[in-house]
Amino acid sequence: MRLELRDITKRFPGVLANDGISISADRGEVLGMLGENGAGKTTLMNILSGLYRPDSGEILIDGQSKVFHDPADAIGAGVGMVHQHFMLVPVFDVVEAVALGAETVSGVLGRFDRAVARARIVALSEQYGLDVDPDARIENLPVGVRQRVEILKALYRHSDILVLDEPSAVLTPLETEELYGIIRSLKATGTTVIFITHKLNEVLEVADKIVVLRRGRVAGTAIPAHTTRQELANMMVGRDVELVVPKGPASPGEVVLSIRDLRVRDDRLEIAVDGVDLDVRAGEIVAIAGVQGNGQTELVEAIVGLRAIDAGEMSIGGERIEHATPRHIADLGVAHIPEDRGRDGLINQMTVAENYILDTYHREPYSRRGLFDLRAVAARAKQGVVDFDIRTPSIETTAASLSGGNQQKVVVAREFSRPVRLVVAAQPTRGLDVGSIEYIHRRLVEQRDAGAAILIVCTELDEVLAVGDRVAVMYEGRIVGVLAGAEATYEAIGLLMGGAHFGGAAA
Amino acid sequence: MTKLVALLRRGALPILAVVTALLFGAIVIVITDFENLSRLGSDPLGAIGGAIGGVGSGYGAMLSGAFGDPGRILTALQSGSQKDIATAIRPLTETLVASSPLIFAGLGVAISFRAGMFNIGGDGQLIIGALGATTTAIALAGNAPAPVILVAAIIAGTVSGGLWGFVPGFLKARTGAHEVITTIMLNYVAAQVVLFGLRSDFLRAPGSGQPISKVLTTFVDVPSILSLPAIRLDYGFVVALVMAVIVSWLLFRTTKGYELRAAGFNMTAARYAGMSAGGSMMLAMFLSGALAGMGGSFMVIGTVGQLSNDLSGGIGFNAIALALLAGLRPSGVVLAALLFGALTTGGKLMGIQSGIPFDLLFFVQALVIMFVAAPGLVRTIWRIKTPPVEAEVAT
Repeated sequence: MRLELRDITKRFPGVLANDGISISADRGEVLGMLGENGAGKTTLMNILSGLYRPDSGEILIDGQSKVFHDPADAIGAGVGMVHQHFMLVPVFDVVEAVALGAETVSGVLGRFDRAVARARIVALSEQYGLDVDPDARIENLPVGVRQRVEILKALYRHSDILVLDEPSAVLTPLETEELYGIIRSLKATGTTVIFITHKLNEVLEVADKIVVLRRGRVAGTAIPAHTTRQELANMMVGRDVELVVPKGPASPGEVVLSIRDLRVRDDRLEIAVDGVDLDVRAGEIVAIAGVQGNGQTELVEAIVGLRAIDAGEMSIGGERIEHATPRHIADLGVAHIPEDRGRDGLINQMTVAENYILDTYHREPYSRRGLFDLRAVAARAKQGVVDFDIRTPSIETTAASLSGGNQQKVVVAREFSRPVRLVVAAQPTRGLDVGSIEYIHRRLVEQRDAGAAILIVCTELDEVLAVGDRVAVMYEGRIVGVLAGAEATYEAIGLLMGGAHFGGAAA
Repeated sequence: MTKLVALLRRGALPILAVVTALLFGAIVIVITDFENLSRLGSDPLGAIGGAIGGVGSGYGAMLSGAFGDPGRILTALQSGSQKDIATAIRPLTETLVASSPLIFAGLGVAISFRAGMFNIGGDGQLIIGALGATTTAIALAGNAPAPVILVAAIIAGTVSGGLWGFVPGFLKARTGAHEVITTIMLNYVAAQVVLFGLRSDFLRAPGSGQPISKVLTTFVDVPSILSLPAIRLDYGFVVALVMAVIVSWLLFRTTKGYELRAAGFNMTAARYAGMSAGGSMMLAMFLSGALAGMGGSFMVIGTVGQLSNDLSGGIGFNAIALALLAGLRPSGVVLAALLFGALTTGGKLMGIQSGIPFDLLFFVQALVIMFVAAPGLVRTIWRIKTPPVEAEVAT
């Protein structure tokens, strides 16, 4: 079916989320919707899926104007959503999960007619090339397959227009490739697909046409064949950005962080880091690549002293740190940019100034004998805001009201506000827009060139290749390969991330 | 100017919560006035007038019960008669007397809640503090000069309340035992400990069959602010105000206070920043208990004069309510404690003069808490628009 959104405007108190947005997608067309966080993508899709009502503008399906009062209306009109976070009951099997809410029933008691549902699901998965075992339990399925179940759910409800919200965020490179295949077969059968993402490669790969949103408006449209990553990135940000921060070759010095046969358990007490050996030298960036959940989080927590280790040795600049406290490790000159800035790196209710001193508050000049020198705090925080270009109304603004990019800049400014020997950055650009990513990368390279050792954990291959001087791939708690220079290719790393042995991959 | 606006915005909801609660209280006064309601059929205007009059006289009595009658105070001041002045200003001073332990305990709650510890044990900590002060005072009676006994009793009471609060903090830090459970349970333990203490001849009032202690104020007494007959207001109230300043200073000007607040807002981030989460829990609970205990101490050697097992009468619980009403701000705690003190003393006169049961006050207090806890409700009732979401600052 042909979908058209005409002049959609949606205003929230103080924010114009969508400002006269018009887009359209024909039957069997894949529309890539690109935009930074806060550009209005999610609002627009929530309007399309019936969660919000637009203040003005209309939704046309096959030329007919539709008003969605709730998500059920949207589903009824053939619009299906696949959310970024899956909404599946873990203990259900695939048939139950797909049919939930749209069950075929029989008899006076309305018994769930599993056979009918199962048959339809099998037929659908064959038709669209969605390889799913209908009797498997959801909790036993890998993430990529769960996503297929979500897509099946939408198709089961006769969706002719499918909205995929950041579908690749949780997938391995291989699973992402498979997703492209699924999208192509959906397209071939006449399904209209709206593919929301902030990743440039993906829209270029799979979309028929691209709409770029910026600050609630359509910033431009493009056809993949006639555009470049650079052009799209500039459109998204509204200025010229550098997708790959320029950096010279690394000049590695002495070993700063040394890890030998490290074993660490996760919260469920299962081995998460399983005999890792790793050296990070001064003046180099080591990127740890891997799909999330392969022990990277536990590795980082162990290094910065937040997680007790099972066995192994760790040292920073020759000093053993197996049993050191987080504060002691920080005092050794370790800057830590945690994985989840909202949860681990910032106190949202506190001000920018208070967050700026979160791990140095107990030292001069911020405090003396337990008493704050509020003037010194304010002066340094203001300097940090200027140096790191943090866009905030004032240093008294709460961290919660900053954008993600600026929140991360507060964290980075704080961590780099003291002498740094080792930087441990866990997914430092997760959820950030192109402009902020550029900025954070630039700062990391700056620290490297100033002689710091940098360990960065990334789940995205683009980032691994853009910043890493050496790439260590982590899979199931182990480092399965360390690649540098020409060896470090997209394909080689991708295969290792999926668990293939490097030797096998090369053959 | 912007500060003033911010202050008003911050104060608007608590004030509306109180106003709304009083309005609901008025409705209850009207619909429980059956005699007046029965006239509604025959004499509707009279019934409505009676209803308004009933509410007016009830709340009027409460006001003068809480703050005194201005005219009477003026006349008394002009007459110069100490007895008249005392009678006229007594409602006001009694309000301050009632507020004083509420300020102490409320500050304690504010500290612990700020640190993310839901200390429900204010009652137990207050009464254990009172027990510590009483025991010390009686032990030192006759062996030391009165000022020394005074100071020693207050210190002992404060420390014992603090230790009583420290226990749940320690248990949480070491074993993860939830402080809500442990503090509530320790309230019962505290009550039994005090009862046990009051059975001993050492503490119990001679010849009394009741669980009350000897009268302490015969040999140690917190100095009065006004030397007028029957006026109980003493420097304990001033100390409460001073503590509010100290707590505010501690929370916002010291690194310890910063740690407490950081841990309270976000324990994970505090840990990531190298702070000791357990240390914050124990410190916050000690300070919280210490403040409640100090409040209890000032009661037994000051305004109340002796220890009884029902000394607290729920102060520890009211303290939670008023601390929340105050938005956990020390200055707000003082204001909210004054309000609660006024409601309590005013409610007594309302009960005597207008026949409206004193229990209405509990109803109003409960509503205040409910409305504070559910700001959306107040906004809906008064049709206040939700404050605009702070626009994300563009990158």
